[in-house]
Amino acid sequence: MSRVPLPYNPKILDLFRNPKNLGPMEDATVTAVAGNPACGDMITFYLKISEQEIVERASFESYGCAANIATSSIVTEMIKGLSLEATWKDITWKRVTEEVGGLPSVKFHCGVLAVGALKRAIRKYYEQKGSAPSWLPQDLTFEEKQALEEEELAKTLSKRLKSEAEK
Amino acid sequence: MVENVKELLKAHAGITHEVYLDNENSTIVPQEVVDAMLPYYNQRAYGNPTLTHKPGWEAFETIMSSAQKISGFVGAKILEELTFTPSETEANNLALMGSAFANKNKGKKIVISEIEPINVLHVTELLRKFGFTTTKIPVDNEGFIDLEKLKETVDKETSVVSIAAVNNELGTIQPIKEASSIVKDRNPDAVFHTDASDAYGRIPLNVRDLKVDLATVSSYKILGPRGIGALYTREGVNVDKILEGQIGTQKLWPGIENTPLIVGFARASELAFQNFEINVNRMRKLRNELVDGIFAELSEVKLNGPEGDKRAPDNANISFMRCEGEALTIELSLNGVYVSSGSACSRRLLQPSHVLVAIGRKFSEAHGSILMKTTRYHTEEDITYVLKVLPNAVKRLRGIVGSTGVD
Repeated sequence: MSRVPLPYNPKILDLFRNPKNLGPMEDATVTAVAGNPACGDMITFYLKISEQEIVERASFESYGCAANIATSSIVTEMIKGLSLEATWKDITWKRVTEEVGGLPSVKFHCGVLAVGALKRAIRKYYEQKGSAPSWLPQDLTFEEKQALEEEELAKTLSKRLKSEAEK
Repeated sequence: MVENVKELLKAHAGITHEVYLDNENSTIVPQEVVDAMLPYYNQRAYGNPTLTHKPGWEAFETIMSSAQKISGFVGAKILEELTFTPSETEANNLALMGSAFANKNKGKKIVISEIEPINVLHVTELLRKFGFTTTKIPVDNEGFIDLEKLKETVDKETSVVSIAAVNNELGTIQPIKEASSIVKDRNPDAVFHTDASDAYGRIPLNVRDLKVDLATVSSYKILGPRGIGALYTREGVNVDKILEGQIGTQKLWPGIENTPLIVGFARASELAFQNFEINVNRMRKLRNELVDGIFAELSEVKLNGPEGDKRAPDNANISFMRCEGEALTIELSLNGVYVSSGSACSRRLLQPSHVLVAIGRKFSEAHGSILMKTTRYHTEEDITYVLKVLPNAVKRLRGIVGSTGVD
């Protein structure tokens, strides 16, 4: 194992300093969260979705490192004007990583978490609506599973530490 | 990758003032220390100190008089009690492994505190492979070790006990004298080691007064060059050497001594001790202004470690709730303030510092922690500048977090 200083690229640095579409959205159609502060990563997405199921606007809030902020921010830009189907199919963690110009490997999970939160938002939209389109898979996608795993891992760790502390 | 780092450096171009507070992880080496070292690279004492010629004898004389100085500052009886090692890491490895191996027939139980530095903690994990067990003494929410628990734990099987005199992250000044007397009471054969790297040059330190068997000190923690440390080994205490190599002047560490670094270590020690009170008061005053200023400007902040005279004078460790530490280090760096965070990113999760977890901090509190250490070279202007920059940095990042980072 070794450690290097995180070599964030200029695009990530710029998005960290000047995030786009930041903050809550009062008239959001759907809101979804992934991660938790114990993992050091947490993202909230707010989506305004039209009747034609197009993402009209998206915004975010993020607790996390520069990579977390940058990937969340870029997702809100990437999905603007896309249909929910295109959003679901086209926005993967790999594309998000490419779009920010690459991430250090220890930060891949930031892109994964951002897409996990996005996919949760889309599922939640159809749950609220009470019907799901045929392209929406029943099984969780890679990013959703990873988000869930990260949250579970943090819970287990917190519990373990608590029980150790009580011993 | 290097290209990205070059770009990151360019992003710092507009900085008007720089304040380096990450003295836990590396420090400046003052010019007067560098000046003291330079002649030993090519003008004098560049020989091997074990060999019979003038540059060799010069090196021997230089190393011994440097050892004499440092021995004096730590309170050793004779200079032979001091072994130079390449750093605090090696000194702690030598202390733990060397005494565990030398005393293995007396017992195989090692006792440390929960908040020992990584270079003690991980050595005990390594020793497990050789049949040693480790028991960790808990600490309270300010980082003070539980002396009652220590009394209960140390027994006839205990061969080594290691407790740092000052915790490197929290600045907690441990009751080492009480701890060592408890240990010796329970088992006179147990070896008592203290990593005194964060005590040296900050609090009065005397190994004979504290009645410790082994003590680690480190050059870079007192603004000396990196790459040199020392282990005090009380005369008569059994320690095995842990590395093999060419025989040098020292019994416990092989290889040719690095004379310029040893000179730098001794010079840095002199500078720290020649105006000890003044230096310490300056560190403390600036540290207090820093902490008080942060608490006056920001809500949702917590001091990690004790307040008052049980805390090392240079240490400021603060958790900023709803603010992630790594993001904060970058934001501050872009404004010329250099600090480090208490959590490190691993592949999936941010790993909180084991020290902050041990004092009962929540993960999110550990993730938002920043460690800063003042030195005698900082100025009032530096602290004023930090207090201008830091609250704004925290506020901006909390603006990105919004309602998201609340657990």
